[in-house]
Amino acid sequence: MSTTTASRPDTAVRPGRLDERAIHRRLWTLIGGRSERPVWMEEPSPALSVLKTLVILAISISILVPMLVVVSTSLASDAEIREAGGYVLFPTEPSFEAYRTIFASPLIFRSLGVSVLVTAVGTLIALFVTITMAYALSRPVLLGKPMLLAIVLTMFFSPGLIPLYLMIKELNMLDSLWSLILPTAFAAFNFIVMRSFFMALPQELLEAARIDGASDFRILWQIVIPLSKAVIAVIGLFYAVAYWNAFFNAMLYVNDQELWPIQLILRSYVIQGTSMTADQLGVQQTAAPQSIKMAVVVVALVPILLVYPFLQKYFSKGVITGAVKG
Amino acid sequence: MLVLMIPGALCLLLFFYVPILGNVIAFQEYYPFITIPEAEWVGLWNFIDLFGDEQFLIALRNTLVLAAVQLALFFPVPIVLALIVDSMMTPRFRKVFQSIVYLPHFLSWVLVIALFQQMLGGAGFINQFLASHGMDTIPFMTNPSTFPLLVTLQVIWKDAGWGMIIFLAALASIPASLYESAASDGAGRLQRIWHITLPGMRPVIVLLLILQLGSILTVGFEQFILQRDAVGPDAAEVLDTYSYYAGVIDGSWSMGAAAGLAKGVVGTILILASNKIAHLLGEDGIYRGSSR
Repeated sequence: MSTTTASRPDTAVRPGRLDERAIHRRLWTLIGGRSERPVWMEEPSPALSVLKTLVILAISISILVPMLVVVSTSLASDAEIREAGGYVLFPTEPSFEAYRTIFASPLIFRSLGVSVLVTAVGTLIALFVTITMAYALSRPVLLGKPMLLAIVLTMFFSPGLIPLYLMIKELNMLDSLWSLILPTAFAAFNFIVMRSFFMALPQELLEAARIDGASDFRILWQIVIPLSKAVIAVIGLFYAVAYWNAFFNAMLYVNDQELWPIQLILRSYVIQGTSMTADQLGVQQTAAPQSIKMAVVVVALVPILLVYPFLQKYFSKGVITGAVKG
Repeated sequence: MLVLMIPGALCLLLFFYVPILGNVIAFQEYYPFITIPEAEWVGLWNFIDLFGDEQFLIALRNTLVLAAVQLALFFPVPIVLALIVDSMMTPRFRKVFQSIVYLPHFLSWVLVIALFQQMLGGAGFINQFLASHGMDTIPFMTNPSTFPLLVTLQVIWKDAGWGMIIFLAALASIPASLYESAASDGAGRLQRIWHITLPGMRPVIVLLLILQLGSILTVGFEQFILQRDAVGPDAAEVLDTYSYYAGVIDGSWSMGAAAGLAKGVVGTILILASNKIAHLLGEDGIYRGSSR
């Protein structure tokens, strides 16, 4: 495929005139762009280019600016926030006072601990459950068909939240972290992605190991898992993001504030606007309430931003879309 | 091999199949301090009562209105977005833009609502700006009559980028030679979109549209439970939140379960029917591929 940029013959440079297009192209290359416009495609009209650029900029700004405002305000001082009327875009003297306050506050620090614990333990358990099931059903196995059907059905129907609540109550998991971990430990979608990956593994390899007398566990542990690191990583990230972001299960099953994950703190203090007194925070607050609020938003946001590049690396490779389509 | 299936099977049993059986309380007069076998059977009375409950009818109406607004306003956005991204000829900028628009999909609803509130809320960024410039503030977040538009905007902000992926895949599968020969035959930009791009995406668009119709009873639950306090139940009550408030908060467990069950059954029928229609139209449904 040709990747050269071509101007159409009728817009070719006349001698003695500035070639605006060439300058534009040079500037474009300078800021890192390298156009891959095929030769047959006409250059867009200036109006169209401007319109498209504006739309793209508007979308990007609408996504990035809220996050920027929140981060900036969390770093701003009380006086500066009051002067700016609540929000600061560029804090003059960034300080981490708000973060010091929330990390010293038992209420918020504990909720971060809960979220980290639920995410870590939950992801491990979910991966275990999903991998074992996906491997078993990737081979011809007794009861394979009905089991598969039983899993696919979960995508079309939900038991409803009242019966689920009663079940959790029956299992004595109310006000326990297990209620945040176990009910979401198996997601049919992730299972399907995992299973189609396992099915695409070279079956001769598994057969050879079986003939050599390796048990199913051993084949799974020593051959399948090492060969599937990429898909395990991406499914693990999906589970981890889901656990970190989950709030409704906690709202439903956990009354005890000491077991609240950070998302519930976020709901209560930022969305519902419960005031954050020193009493509730358990620490004398040294930062402005507004920047403390923003800091809570930021600590819920940052872990997602940290794993996002890895997530994107995998899903843009088509691991997910490819597997789902197949 | 069967041993490997035990953990997953247990999860399915405990958190899916046994709770499904728990739906029998929809046909009973159930209270938490008695057991299910002890509860009195009332047949279909709970369902009949539902339709006599004004709050339930409001929830039903809101669900349908919100789904219709989302279908009309959200559905085209990922398609347009995909066309824009596909027309970006500079790989580096295209990548950066994609990274930006995919990001909100991975944020929790709590975070999304919190960000919206900080931007559009009564004391939020934009209203502070309006107030400090002597203009009236606008109650974006608390006005019940514009609530459907607000939640659709939130869904667009969060998921339009993610929804674009499948359309981008469809665009990538259209052979470039088609465009090239059309261009050499003198077809302009719009003509190429109309005669090549849109027909090429038709199967995916039809499929997603049908599936969207099938899931019309399911509008984002977390989104509504988070904003119900701010705009009031008349605007933000949907079937799922009704089930929660009737059951867990007000203690009418059987009514909550009946609402949930009715929604689940009708929803499933709609999804299966829409999938069937997709098959009849010669498209691949969602489960043909996965259960193979």
